[in-house]
Amino acid sequence: MTVASSTQLVCFVILSSTLVLGSLAVVLLPNIVYSAFLLAGVFLSVAGLYLLLNASFVAAAQVLVYVGAVNVLILFAIMLVNKKENLAPIPGMALRRLLSGAVCAGLLGLLIRVAFTTPWALPGPTPVGEDATIRIGEHLFSDYLLPFELASVLLLMSMIGAIVLARRDVFSTDIITGEPADQVLIEKERSPLLLEPTDSAPLRSSP
Amino acid sequence: MLSNTVVTEGLPSMGLDLQSSFIEALGGLGLGPGLARLLWLPLPMLLVLVGAVVGVLVNVWLERKISAAAQQRIGPEYAGALGLLQPMADGLKLLFKEDIIPARADGLLFTLGPVLVLVPVILSWLVVPFGQNLLISNVGVGIFLWIALSSIQPIGLLMSGYASNNKYSLLGGLRAAAQSISYEIPLALAVLAIVMMSNSLSTVDIVNQQTGAGILSWNIWRQPIGFVIFWICALAECERLPFDLPEAEEELVAGYQTEYAGMKFALFYLGSYINLVLSALLVSVLYLGGWGFPVPVEWLAGLMGQSVDAPLVQLITGAVGIVMTILKAYLLVFFAILLRWTVPRVRIDQLLDLGWKFLLPIALVNLLITAALKLAFPSVFGG
Repeated sequence: MTVASSTQLVCFVILSSTLVLGSLAVVLLPNIVYSAFLLAGVFLSVAGLYLLLNASFVAAAQVLVYVGAVNVLILFAIMLVNKKENLAPIPGMALRRLLSGAVCAGLLGLLIRVAFTTPWALPGPTPVGEDATIRIGEHLFSDYLLPFELASVLLLMSMIGAIVLARRDVFSTDIITGEPADQVLIEKERSPLLLEPTDSAPLRSSP
Repeated sequence: MLSNTVVTEGLPSMGLDLQSSFIEALGGLGLGPGLARLLWLPLPMLLVLVGAVVGVLVNVWLERKISAAAQQRIGPEYAGALGLLQPMADGLKLLFKEDIIPARADGLLFTLGPVLVLVPVILSWLVVPFGQNLLISNVGVGIFLWIALSSIQPIGLLMSGYASNNKYSLLGGLRAAAQSISYEIPLALAVLAIVMMSNSLSTVDIVNQQTGAGILSWNIWRQPIGFVIFWICALAECERLPFDLPEAEEELVAGYQTEYAGMKFALFYLGSYINLVLSALLVSVLYLGGWGFPVPVEWLAGLMGQSVDAPLVQLITGAVGIVMTILKAYLLVFFAILLRWTVPRVRIDQLLDLGWKFLLPIALVNLLITAALKLAFPSVFGG
């Protein structure tokens, strides 16, 4: 075994173990902030695996999109609403956990079965290396043009949806209830920043 | 249509290649090429790491001296000649300070935050070229790697803001993340215009595309708008003063750094200065011809009747390249420092407006114009 291949093996073992342990922790940890930060670690180890497969462009794109955009947005969402309070207990929690665990185990079994029965071509195709960027560009603008454009339309739709949800005050009727909306009232009722002071948490300290 | 050949035209000489010389020399001692390469690998990394830290020391000294000049003071003058040892004293002071973790803070995330801020910045030095072969690794994705790595930083900022258990820290962390996300997009679009012109993401190819006619072939003449956008965004990414909202002292005490002391604070400090030097280096690589001398070195060598491949000429061109890169970068650092001490801070809404409503559309238009010019004048704008 040469130096290069043993380094590769060590990297693979480290990356895959962080990947598996990290994703288990993302699902199982009770603290949602830890889960979100660990998700970034999981995405980074996936990028490392891409790097091991000689797909450096895909690895960099993975870091940029998943770590830099998706994960930061998740963290934003958690930190803007995080109140450090325990979740309300849901009835039948044990049954729910059991069911979702069974579904996940079934999926895992299916994937393992597929991985072991598929006739993988060994060794795989020769890595394209640095020309991969050009190949990806060509595919995106020829045979994968339609999925690419559809994905962008999907993103546009979610963006418009977010704007509609965030800026209800610009519409004359409420989008969800259909009632005529008085802008001032909506601002006061719905915006968490303008909540009325309550007895337990007064906004202004009494002299 | 897309041309699929990577153009590496105008490649007069390969220049100094220390790696192959090193491997050859060790091969002479009876070592295999694989082992020699393994021995070579840590050397440039160590050199660049030391260079980055020394760059920070120089930067701190410059900041102190230039701010003093802007405020009609003298600045540090007792520690060494002209106060040159002052940054060392600063660093030593931070090293010996007590390392405090606030009582209700999250110790693990509190420690990990500054590390996550610093590591991507240092990793990005991988792609900074000081000469044709004078860089750690000429990776194919080059400049894209830097953009991807710099997008990890906001996570570190959010982490330290959250873990400090302090309202100001959390707000500072959120602001820092919002700022870096919104300025990353125009930055990437400005880089994309350059990449389109040089047909490659590799920093070495980007510089090579700017050689040939000396100062006239630098990208700043072909991408003046892109240059301004990139510089503004780079300053915003470094959180330098016109955009240092995350640590605006009047509003947020010190933002996400409020609770930090000692070496952990120093990591933030180091990170922001290394990032400033890195951004300046990348501006010089992308827009100011990288290691290129204002007059083509090959032409000068020809004038003196020397071959470009002669060892002595190679050594001199290599040295000139390193000096030019650092000189250009520090000129930009000087401008950044001057800006910091002369320009007032913008408000957070103005900052986000500038990013999303001004820089982003301009960057898109710049990209479109570059594409049109590339199609119209392929000889000037890279076919």
